[in-house]
Amino acid sequence: MAAAVDARLAATAPPKTRERYRTITALVSAAAPAALIVIVLTLVQQSAPAISHFGLAFLVRSQWDYQTLDFGALPFIYGTVMTSAIAIAISLPVGLAVSLFLAEPGAGGIRAAMGTGIELLAAIPSVVYGIWALYVLAPFSLNNLETPVTQHLGFIGFLSGPPRQTSLFTAALVLSIMILPTLAAVSRDVIRAVPRGLLESSVALGATWWETTWRVVLPTARAGIFGATVLALGRAVGETIAVTMVIGNRDAIPTSIFSPAYTLASKIANEFSEATGSVLYPAALVELGLVLILVTLTVNLVALLLVRSTQARMAA
Amino acid sequence: MNRNLWRRFKNNAALSVIYALTGLALVPLALVLWYTVIKGFPAVSHPEFFINVERPVGIPGSGISHAIVGTLEMVGMASLIAIPVGVISGVYLAEYGHGRWAGWVRLASDVLVGAPSIALGLFAYAILVVPVHHYSAISASIALSILMLPVVIRTTESAVGLIPRGLRESGLALGLPRWRVSLQLIVPAAAPGVITGALLAVARAAGETAPLLFTAFGNNLFTADPTHTMSALPLIVFRDALQPYTELQDQAWGAALVLVTMVLAINLASRWVLRRQIRLAGQL
Repeated sequence: MAAAVDARLAATAPPKTRERYRTITALVSAAAPAALIVIVLTLVQQSAPAISHFGLAFLVRSQWDYQTLDFGALPFIYGTVMTSAIAIAISLPVGLAVSLFLAEPGAGGIRAAMGTGIELLAAIPSVVYGIWALYVLAPFSLNNLETPVTQHLGFIGFLSGPPRQTSLFTAALVLSIMILPTLAAVSRDVIRAVPRGLLESSVALGATWWETTWRVVLPTARAGIFGATVLALGRAVGETIAVTMVIGNRDAIPTSIFSPAYTLASKIANEFSEATGSVLYPAALVELGLVLILVTLTVNLVALLLVRSTQARMAA
Repeated sequence: MNRNLWRRFKNNAALSVIYALTGLALVPLALVLWYTVIKGFPAVSHPEFFINVERPVGIPGSGISHAIVGTLEMVGMASLIAIPVGVISGVYLAEYGHGRWAGWVRLASDVLVGAPSIALGLFAYAILVVPVHHYSAISASIALSILMLPVVIRTTESAVGLIPRGLRESGLALGLPRWRVSLQLIVPAAAPGVITGALLAVARAAGETAPLLFTAFGNNLFTADPTHTMSALPLIVFRDALQPYTELQDQAWGAALVLVTMVLAINLASRWVLRRQIRLAGQL
């Protein structure tokens, strides 16, 4: 009987045809992995002169002089790490609150509207955040945040003055707005995946909403929320244009967060099209790009594994 | 009793903090949109802004028509590459998505979503600008297509995944080969979801600046030639915003307003299409 059905199936749809459809689509789907590998290899090849000339010391040197061809990535790595870290510190509490708000059932209308608003925040182009940050956010932050803080807390080294409109802090501030949607949306999905049974048990024991959230929901979703944070960190590290417009472009490690600085991405954006003369200069800039892409890919990978493992564990 | 009052107070306090922070999160959205409209309006209110190309500072009647055309053309070319490849990859993942290879494809596209766009620009520069020794719009389109690809792949996969098993099984029960079930039943049924993904990818690509800096580079000519430099709306915003002339700053805000309108319109359209998809899938 089974053999007869198999035979008839084989007659209507020859295995060859079915296999060919599968093969063709599988081949096309190679585009994404192939692109990833080719991009990394191309950047390695393009930065080869700088890699062989400076070696690993490139990562810890802080000179950047295109006349003596003396290049080091440390100030840009520092700027990238600091802007991203401050952005996460600002964005995490707000993002978590938004995700708790969005994950609650009920009040469909207002929740849907808020959700749409947060998603539109993600849709606004980076360059529009940039122009807004340059003309609106930076002056506001200078007058209402940076100046008072430097006046009252300036004796603490990293908060010392004089404040500038374009600074590490301004860049971090605009980044914190830009990564909020990622943080909120991914955390919301993780929080929604917390098994209902757990919530109901907590509520049945008489716990309030906050006690349930604080003692059951957040601990259960902890790894996933951490993953969402890391994913947002990846966004912050790779963000280019808005940061380039407000960070102030200075090739040195700043002592204060209110001083101008530079990030890996903004250094490339500002200088790459003018990098002529020696092969070493563009190669050093491409190496900054290589460092950037390797860091973001690693960060993203870690985040994905965290989010996936949390969701899988809660589904089980 | 006292303890319960305290617990209730704590609950209400936590709730108010959460509502307040959620409201705070939407303040930047409102402010960005408000300032873009207010500051962009003076430039946009002149019709020649949409007709002319950029003119030197001091000469009236400057416009951004070349940048609008450039954005449309470069994003269009990028879509021609990214959408077919992305849709086919997404269909593969939805149809045969259990194997190890599919796992790699999924992982690669998830990681590719987070790849910094400036690195894609460096890549396109290396493979398409260096060999011919001049900037070109087509190299920008390649960079943008890589940016769009993972978005199209993952939204296609989830849209196809939403289609109930019954539809596939009835097709197979009628004796249709798998490729016909896939292409003639499943994909058309999932079309709104696939279109949503494509629109989101288009909106994302249209707003990107970093991949264009060393590929399309920008110019102030009205041109449609993809083998040479080309301007785009984000490039105008980026370059003119940093100039000391108020005419150029106004022009940057005007271009930002046009860009935001375009991107948000595409975004809202995709939402509308998706809502139809969910309704349709419910009926199947």
